[in-house]
Amino acid sequence: MIWTETLRVAWRSIRANKMRSFLTMLGIIIGVMAVIGSSAVGTGAKLEITKQVESLGSNVLTVMPGSTSFGGIGRGVGSATTLTATDAKLIVQNDPEVAYASPVVSSNQQVVYGSNNTSAAIEGTNEQYPAIRDIQMAEGQYFTATEVKDAMHVAVLGANVPNTLGMNAPLGQTIYINAVPFTVIGVAQTQGSQGFQSPDDAIAIPYTTEQDLFTGSTSVQQIVVSAKSANEMNEAQREMEDTLRVAHQLHPSDSDDFSIMNQATILSALGNITAILTALLDGISGISLLVGGIGIMNIMLVSVTERTREIGIRKAIGAKRGSISTQFLLESLMLSLSGAFLGLVIGGGGAEVIGQLVLKIGNVVSVSAVVLAVVFSILVGIVFGVYPARKAANLKPIDALRFE
Amino acid sequence: MRALIEMRNLARTYVLGDEVIRALDGVSLTIQQGEFVAIMGPSGSGKSTAMNMIGCLDLPTSGQYILDGYDVSGLSEDQLAELRNQKIGFVFQNFNLLPKTTALENVELPMLYAGVPARERRRRAMEALERVGLGNRLGNRPNELSGGQQQRVSIARALVNNPVLILADEPTGALDSHTTEDILRLFEELHAQGNTIVLVTHEDEVGRHAKRIVRFRDGRVESDTAVGVDHRADGEALTGGDGA
Repeated sequence: MIWTETLRVAWRSIRANKMRSFLTMLGIIIGVMAVIGSSAVGTGAKLEITKQVESLGSNVLTVMPGSTSFGGIGRGVGSATTLTATDAKLIVQNDPEVAYASPVVSSNQQVVYGSNNTSAAIEGTNEQYPAIRDIQMAEGQYFTATEVKDAMHVAVLGANVPNTLGMNAPLGQTIYINAVPFTVIGVAQTQGSQGFQSPDDAIAIPYTTEQDLFTGSTSVQQIVVSAKSANEMNEAQREMEDTLRVAHQLHPSDSDDFSIMNQATILSALGNITAILTALLDGISGISLLVGGIGIMNIMLVSVTERTREIGIRKAIGAKRGSISTQFLLESLMLSLSGAFLGLVIGGGGAEVIGQLVLKIGNVVSVSAVVLAVVFSILVGIVFGVYPARKAANLKPIDALRFE
Repeated sequence: MRALIEMRNLARTYVLGDEVIRALDGVSLTIQQGEFVAIMGPSGSGKSTAMNMIGCLDLPTSGQYILDGYDVSGLSEDQLAELRNQKIGFVFQNFNLLPKTTALENVELPMLYAGVPARERRRRAMEALERVGLGNRLGNRPNELSGGQQQRVSIARALVNNPVLILADEPTGALDSHTTEDILRLFEELHAQGNTIVLVTHEDEVGRHAKRIVRFRDGRVESDTAVGVDHRADGEALTGGDGA
């Protein structure tokens, strides 16, 4: 057929009005950039969240006081004191799928070493905590069960702390936490950021010591538990629920006064936020593509009017309606596809540079987003090109030839 | 000789508000193959409407029009386009060449819609341009050519699909007298080679080059006369072939 010729004519017409064509494409360019960008934000956020949650340990469960139930009446802030260190002991003793459990009590305190001082998170844990969190020691060791039982004033520093406090050989040194002297018995290896605060900046002490000195309460803020295997997380969770309900003497009609979160629940909660964000951006991209399409239709209508005489000549010489409409449809399609291509190059390239080089979270532009953007652009090109193309095809040759 | 164009009681009316304009009012006309006919008349005489009918650019309100054996009256728009493409070569007053398009590409255009393969298109277009004396202007765009040259390109375009009829609408209307003579001589040559030519004009000087003059007035054929003497530009007189 005459496809190559039709393509050539369309391309020539686009090139003849470079500025106009570019401005027309801009709507599509921005739309496609938004599609790619929104998908990249979604993918990037998901990658980052997954990475952070996974760094907590793949078989870790967290018990929090208070119920997450939406249905019943809330138990208020008082429920924050329902968890105790005894719960952690019971979980380890009674539940066969549980490997380790550690209470966590934390507070922020002033830390002083020599003439340096800083404010740090003081995490009260037991001796099982490093096994749960997979903490490796850079030097020294974590505190023992005996040290926990006796509420000793010993401290294990996060990887960044010696530097912050200006310590050269931290082991055996004395630091003052809220003016109470502690002996440094270990320094942990770096663990990397885990969400909002970094364990590398924290100091671990026995939870008993923390309760005695800083919180003054027997309750704990959470209990972290590791299951024996990642596959038995649900079984472990069920066992823990039973143990805690008995320990808390809950009547069968009472709802839980605690909630157990595993990675799946955290991931899905964060995933929901990401999904909302992505949907919002998708909406914006959709609107932008729509506006871009209207721009194309507008300029195609102008083009049909400008080229009325050319249409008349072509028709007089033997062009059928199909040839004329194909030519204008192809031009509109070419506009939208060129826009899509530029949008992909700019948006996709930009997202990849940010994702791979700046944030280092890997490939963020998904094939599905690219396909979606291209398919949507083709649709826009066709849908908004049909009307001008029909208008051109319907011109009567004598009227078109007479047009000045 | 067989009839190429047969008009039987052809009428074309336009409705303008409450007014009905009878542009053609019962025209019957037969043109044989190989004739060189001038259609003449003042503006508003119906000659332009007649030319639109002959060129299959418009359909009659009533009556019958047969072009090369095809009854045009009942054809669809696409069928008309095909008929124009295959049977008619148009030459317009203002050339009607595609701007920003080379002479060669302009001449290739009718073959494009006829589905002629690219290589043959090129060869035939070059041939046609050489035939009208523009073999050295293949790559020029219309704005790089003089009026006479542009009209030659459009004549080449009209010839290239080997039509049965060359339909020229005031082909010299936009040209100076010297170029007019050149173009008319070209038409005479084409006629001598056996082409059927219908030339629409209001100028007697131009019409005189034809072998038969059909005059229109008020939508009807006023007179239909054969021209005995062919007035060449150089004044050389020849005896007309079909007699007076």
